[in-house]
Amino acid sequence: MSTADTKPTSVQDSPQKHEAIVHAQPSTASKVSTFLSTYVFSKDHKVIGLQFLFSTLLWFLVGGLLALAVRWQVAWPWSDVPVVGKLFAQQGGQMSPEFYTMLFTMHATVMIFLVIIPILAGAFGNFLIPLMIGADDMAFPTLNMLSYWFMWPAFIAFGASFFVEGGAASSGWTSYPTLSTNVNSSPGAGWGQTLWLIGLTFVGVSSMLGSVNYMTTIILMRAPGMTMFRLPMTIWSMFITAVLQAFALPVLTAAGFMQLADRTIGTGFFTPEGNIVNNAVATAGGGQPLLWQHLFWFYSHPAVYIMILPAMGMVSDILTCFARKPLFGYRPMVYSVAGIAGLGFIVWGHHMFMSGMNPALGVTFMVSTMMIALPSAVKTFNWLGTIWGGKIQFTTSMLFALSFVSMFIIGGLSGIFMAATPVDIFIHDTYFIVAHFHYVLFAGTAMGVWAAIYFWFPKMFGRTMNEFWGKVHFFLTFIFLNGTFFTMHILGAVGFPRRLADAYHYETFHHLQPLNAFMTYCAMGMVATQIIFAINFFWSMFYGPIAGRNPWNSNTLEWTAPSPPGHGNFDFQPIVHRGPYEYSVPGIESDHLMQTDPPNPAATAAAGAAH
Amino acid sequence: MKRFAGLFWSLLFLAVPILGVITFAVAPAYDIWLPKDVSEHGAAVDGLFYFILWLTGAVFIVTEVALFWFIWKYDANNTKVEVQYRHGNHALEVVWTIIPAAVLLFLAIYQMNTWADVKMRRPNMAPTVEVIGRQFEWRLRYPGRDEVLGTPDDLHLVNDLHLPIDEDILIQLKSMDVLHSFFLPNVRIKQDAVPGMKIPVWFKAREEGVFDIVCAELCGWGHYKMKGRVTFESRERFEEWLEVKYQEQEATQESGT
Repeated sequence: MSTADTKPTSVQDSPQKHEAIVHAQPSTASKVSTFLSTYVFSKDHKVIGLQFLFSTLLWFLVGGLLALAVRWQVAWPWSDVPVVGKLFAQQGGQMSPEFYTMLFTMHATVMIFLVIIPILAGAFGNFLIPLMIGADDMAFPTLNMLSYWFMWPAFIAFGASFFVEGGAASSGWTSYPTLSTNVNSSPGAGWGQTLWLIGLTFVGVSSMLGSVNYMTTIILMRAPGMTMFRLPMTIWSMFITAVLQAFALPVLTAAGFMQLADRTIGTGFFTPEGNIVNNAVATAGGGQPLLWQHLFWFYSHPAVYIMILPAMGMVSDILTCFARKPLFGYRPMVYSVAGIAGLGFIVWGHHMFMSGMNPALGVTFMVSTMMIALPSAVKTFNWLGTIWGGKIQFTTSMLFALSFVSMFIIGGLSGIFMAATPVDIFIHDTYFIVAHFHYVLFAGTAMGVWAAIYFWFPKMFGRTMNEFWGKVHFFLTFIFLNGTFFTMHILGAVGFPRRLADAYHYETFHHLQPLNAFMTYCAMGMVATQIIFAINFFWSMFYGPIAGRNPWNSNTLEWTAPSPPGHGNFDFQPIVHRGPYEYSVPGIESDHLMQTDPPNPAATAAAGAAH
Repeated sequence: MKRFAGLFWSLLFLAVPILGVITFAVAPAYDIWLPKDVSEHGAAVDGLFYFILWLTGAVFIVTEVALFWFIWKYDANNTKVEVQYRHGNHALEVVWTIIPAAVLLFLAIYQMNTWADVKMRRPNMAPTVEVIGRQFEWRLRYPGRDEVLGTPDDLHLVNDLHLPIDEDILIQLKSMDVLHSFFLPNVRIKQDAVPGMKIPVWFKAREEGVFDIVCAELCGWGHYKMKGRVTFESRERFEEWLEVKYQEQEATQESGT
C-alpha cells in the first residue's frame, strides 16, 4: 500500500496540478517577471537544485568529450583526429602537444570544479536538504540563488578561456608554479591561466555561499522530532561536506589571489629569485613554488572528500531502501564520515611526497594517510552488512549503488599503494594514480550520482525513468569503465607517466600502445553509452510513468511530499517519530515505516529488541 | 525472467574480482609490469609493492566475493527468508575497526626504514654530478678535474648521463625554470626538481646498462619529449668516457676562442 494515499492531502498528486500552484503565486507581476522569478532567478531550493543539475550535466558532457580527445592522443599520438580534427588543428588534423596539455588540464578542471563539486553539493544538496529534513526551503534563499548565479562567471571564464590567444590554461588542474605563474612558460600561461584563476575564485564563492546555507539549514530548520541522529546519511554527509568547504575554501581563495597577483603585478609569492623561463627576463622572485602546493592541497585534499562523501551518503540511503533493511551501523557510519573529514585536513602532504618537501614531514603525512583508510574501510564493511540478509530489489538505482560499493573498494585499496611512501617513489605521477582517482571519482562518485538521479528523478519531475534502458545504461557503463580504468593500474605498474603527449619514444614504454588503444575504445564506448542516459532522462521527464509520492516505498521525509513538491515543499507539517531506516520492522504489515508514520507499539517493541 | 535477473547481476559483480585478478596475473607475461630494477634499494621498494599487492589483493577478493554472495543470496525474487531486522552489531564494528587499524599501522611503520634509506639518510660525500632541469632537457654538470662543482673546469653535457656502478651516487638536483621530476624507472628513483632548491638524490646501481630518464612532472608543452638516457658502467669505463667528453669540451672551447 502506498503511503501517499494515507496522507492528508490538500494537493493532488500530479505534476500538472502542481505547476498550477507554482504559477498562481504572484498575481500582480507580469508574465515575464513571473517566469524569471520562478525559473531563472528562483529562490526555491528545488529550482536552484535543478539549475545546478542541468548545468553540471551539460559540463559533464564537455568534460567527457575533452577526455575522449585526451584518450585519442594517448592511444594514437600525432594521428589525425576524426570529425573535429579540422576545427582546432593549425596544420592537418592532428593535435599539437600544447593543445594536448590544455586538454587534460581543462578535462580535470571541468570535471572537478564544474561537475563533481557542484553536482553533489549544488544539485543534490540543494534539492534534498530541505526535503529530507522537513523544511520548507533553505535558511537563506537569496544566498542560495546567488550560489547558483556565481557559477555563471565561472562558466564564462572557463568557457571563454578556450578562445583566447594561447588557449585555455595548460599547467594542469593543480596549476603548479612556476609553470602557471610565469607567462612565458607555455602558450596557455597567458590569458588562459588568468581566466582559470578567475573562474576558480567564482566557483569558490559559489561553494562558500552554498556551504553556509547548508550548515545553517541543517542545524536550525529540521522538522519537529528530527534529531541529529535521525538524519539520513545523505544529510549527514552533506552537512560534514559543508563544514569541510567552509574551513578549507578560504585557503584556496587566498592562494588563488596570490597566484593572480604573481601573474599580474609581479608579487613573486611562488617564484624564487632569478627564475628564468624560456630565456625571458629573470623575475624578481623571493618566493617558494612549494608554498603554492601546500596551500593548494590544503584545500584540494579536503575537496577530494567533498567530492565523495555526499555520494557515500546518498548510496547508503539507496542501499537500505532497495535492500529493505535498516542501515548497518548508523552511528559508526556517521562517526566514520566525521573521521574522514577530520583526518582529511592533515593528509594534504601525501600529494607532495616527491615534491622536495622535507622527507621527515612526509613520514607524518604517510601515517595520517594510512589512518584515513580506516574510516573508509569501516564504511565499506557497513555497506556489506546492510545488504547482508536483506531482500534486494534490482532497480537501476540499486545497481548503480551496488557498483559504487564494488568500485569504491578498488579505489580505496589502490590508494594504499600511493600512501606507502617508498612505493609512491615509483608510481607517483604515473597511470597508477590516474587509475586510483578515476576509480574514486568516476567509478565511485559518478556512479553514485547516477544512482541518485535514477532514485530521486521521480521526486524532481514526478515521473520515473525507464528501467530497462536504465539497466542497459548501467551495464554498458560498468563494463566500459572497468575496461578504461582497471587497465590503468598495470600501465602504472610499468611507470607509464601521466600527462605525456607521446610516451612511446621511451624504451620503457614503447610497447604499451596496444593497451592504450584498447582503453581508448572502451572510453569511446563509455561516452557513447551516455546517449542512452540522455535520451532516457529527457524522454522520462515528459513521458515517463507518473510516479506518485513514494514510488520506492522509502522512509525519508522527501517521499511524503508531492512529486514534484510545490513551493514550501510539504502540504502538511511533517513530524518525525523515528530514524530513517526502519525497513522490514517485525510485527507490522508494511515493510517500511516512514519517519512521519505515527508511533506504532509493535515497531517500538521491535526497535527495543533490536538494540 | 525476474528469477534470472538477480543471477545475472550478481555474476556481473563476480566478474569484477575474477577479471581483476586475471588482469594482474596476465600483465607480467606481456611485459606490462614493473620494469627491470638495477638499483640497490629497488628490491625493498618492489618488495613493499608486492606486499601491499598481496594484502590489498586478498581484501579485494574477500570483499568483492562477499558483495557477489550477498547480491546472489538475498535477491528479493529468490529468497524466502525474512529480512533480518537489525541496526548493526557492536562486536563486529569493533572487530572490523581494530583489525584494519592494526594492519594499517603496521604497514605505516614497516615502510619507514625504506623511505629513510632512499630519501633521508644522505651519504656524506660531494655530489657526483649536478642535474638541472630546463624546458625541455636535462643539463648535466660533472665536477671536472678539481672534483669541485661550480668551478670553470666543470664538464657540461645534455641528456647523456653516465654513472659508475657499485658505488654511492649523489646527484644535486636543480631546476632552472619550472618544476620537473627526475624519474629513473629502472632505478626506482623519482624526485621533483624545484626552482630555487638544491635537492639531493642518491642511489647505487648494481648493473650495467642504458636506461631512460623520464620527466614526470608537467613542465610545459614539450614535457613529453624531455627525455634523457642514463648509462651505468664500470668505474674504468666511466672515467674513460669522462676523459673523452672532457677533451671534446676543451676542443670546442679552444676552437671557439
